[in-house]
Amino acid sequence: MIYKVIAKSEFKRFTDALLRDNTSFGPRQVDTDSQGKAVYQFLPVTSSDDVAFDYTATASSAKHFFLPFREELSRFVFQDQEWDQQISYEGKPIVLIGLRACDISALNILDDVLLKGHFPSPYYLAKRKNTFVIGMDHLPLPDCFCKSMSHHTISTGFNLFCSDIGEDYYLSINSSKAFNFLKEFNTRDPLDDDNCRLVERRKIISDSFLSEVDVTALPSILDIEFDSPVWEKWGNKCLNCGTCAMVCPTCYCYSVEESFDTNLKGATRQKQLYSCNLVDFAEVAGGHNFRPKNGDRLKYRYYHQHRGFAENANQQICVGCNRCGRACLAGINPKDVINDLRMEKESCLTNISSSPDRI
Amino acid sequence: MPDKHFVIPRQDINREDFTSSIPDFNRRSEFMKTDMGHKCIITSIVRLTEQEKLFKLRIIDHHERGIFRFKPGQFLMLELPGYGDVPISISSSNSNHEFLELCIRKAGHVTSALFTLDEGAHVAIRGPFGSSFPMDEMAGNNVLLIAGGIGIAPLRAPLFWISEHRERFLNVAVLYGVKEPSQLLFTYQFDEWEKINHITLHTIAEHAEAGWRGKNGMITDLFQDISIDPEHTYAIVCGPPVMFKIVCSYLDNLGIPMNRMFVSLERRMHCGMGKCCRCMVGSTFTCVDGPVFDYWTVMNLKEAI
Repeated sequence: MIYKVIAKSEFKRFTDALLRDNTSFGPRQVDTDSQGKAVYQFLPVTSSDDVAFDYTATASSAKHFFLPFREELSRFVFQDQEWDQQISYEGKPIVLIGLRACDISALNILDDVLLKGHFPSPYYLAKRKNTFVIGMDHLPLPDCFCKSMSHHTISTGFNLFCSDIGEDYYLSINSSKAFNFLKEFNTRDPLDDDNCRLVERRKIISDSFLSEVDVTALPSILDIEFDSPVWEKWGNKCLNCGTCAMVCPTCYCYSVEESFDTNLKGATRQKQLYSCNLVDFAEVAGGHNFRPKNGDRLKYRYYHQHRGFAENANQQICVGCNRCGRACLAGINPKDVINDLRMEKESCLTNISSSPDRI
Repeated sequence: MPDKHFVIPRQDINREDFTSSIPDFNRRSEFMKTDMGHKCIITSIVRLTEQEKLFKLRIIDHHERGIFRFKPGQFLMLELPGYGDVPISISSSNSNHEFLELCIRKAGHVTSALFTLDEGAHVAIRGPFGSSFPMDEMAGNNVLLIAGGIGIAPLRAPLFWISEHRERFLNVAVLYGVKEPSQLLFTYQFDEWEKINHITLHTIAEHAEAGWRGKNGMITDLFQDISIDPEHTYAIVCGPPVMFKIVCSYLDNLGIPMNRMFVSLERRMHCGMGKCCRCMVGSTFTCVDGPVFDYWTVMNLKEAI
């Protein structure tokens, strides 16, 4: 990693040049919500004026550039009673600007999940390799809990990361591409003062988290609470809409569907992002559903997010961005569910041991 | 400045040598082919019952046929272009390198489409995927194979293995329960198993039909007919989800160690590669870590059976 400092005006020239010459996506305001707050999404941008650098968080995550909602896995071409299978791993170079630290963390987790093990996904790899990621740090929203998941800072997984230190950006350069581009612009090595300002900025960010979730030993608590009534309680609220998985930056479960072209000369196998909260997620042919109740499916999502990968890749896949909490129509917030689970046993703990000092 | 262009170069992974680009990944050398199916020709279709057919497939490409090897208990993804792919356990002998046999029940829309095919049609297979029964570990012991309904299909591969290496096993018994006598599969092989391979076969039907001379009852009733030596017995169980718990807890009470009982689980699958998460059980995938689990693992997985 190489560190540089660039003036904000010079950084604007750099982004202008980069966004002009490449297919680029960045945060833009699309709407305002019912409370009058701005809603942002990653949309095409062509110059730095398009980019809302001071945005809070996008409603959808950046995973859709790597895991599109619909993606063609393979194609069949029919000819004279015969078929031929074709596969290509498409990856067009794109620039993603303005990702938050938790968004980049989510990409690192997807790397772990999709590129390790016996069957790395070439579809994902093609897109990941062809994406130029520029990260920006930010002050957290009141309901973000990335600090509890320790995803509020980031040290890998991006090409360039910008920390806002007043008049300048403190750049962490993590790829030769980014370094070569920046050679053409006016940058300087960080001075002692710049380093101080970076540390100060990080401290401000770290201190401004208002929400906290206690995730200590959460995998084992989830195991213990497998039959807890908490799941039924929250499951009864769940509407099975699957919104949480669509906005989540790390949810990657999918279903595969095949369909004929309308001219019947070909067929495609498409993958489509899916949600474990949808009713038929675990239904097998013949009609047996392995997770028939709302609570079962909701529980499964929390297992997947907070426990499943503790065993598979030794980390929880939730990054704490709270997009699912904001998007949920039924008002289910991961923070509340986890706290509820903890209270299940902690409440009985206080019942048993009333401390004598208090009398 | 602005005359210069800052275009990000495209990296084409279709041409790139994967294994050299990211060397630290623990990947299989043939992984680029996992989404590309082997093209097969259906050489024969046998109608076993109303609902089940036995498809015999042959991989067309000589080279692909040469490298396709599987172990008893593994499954493959059978794909009918335009309709979809389904996980099907292989029910032929793994020493037969020329043909694959798949016993398929008409249940969903892909299998319904498969049932309309004639001999000579082309389908694609991906795989083999998943874990297998530890046949070498079982050698030298009694083996108890317990099947319910279509559960006999995954058990046919280990049965072939046992028949081919019969001298390495002590007593081998098959307990096979069905709902109605007409649903019995592979009846034409019963004599071969019993008389040539000396495999004891017990069948039972839940609802008797006219002309049925066999036993009538649940699969657990068959345990009265056989004597089990828990010290030297391995059990393989496959059937509907309700059967696992009853049969396995019965065997557990007899004293068969939990790590000598093997079950083959069924889940919805879309990829076979541990990526779509549809087959997740507890924290493991049925497609990568399963479908064959020992009972101890299954006991420790939440909501497995």
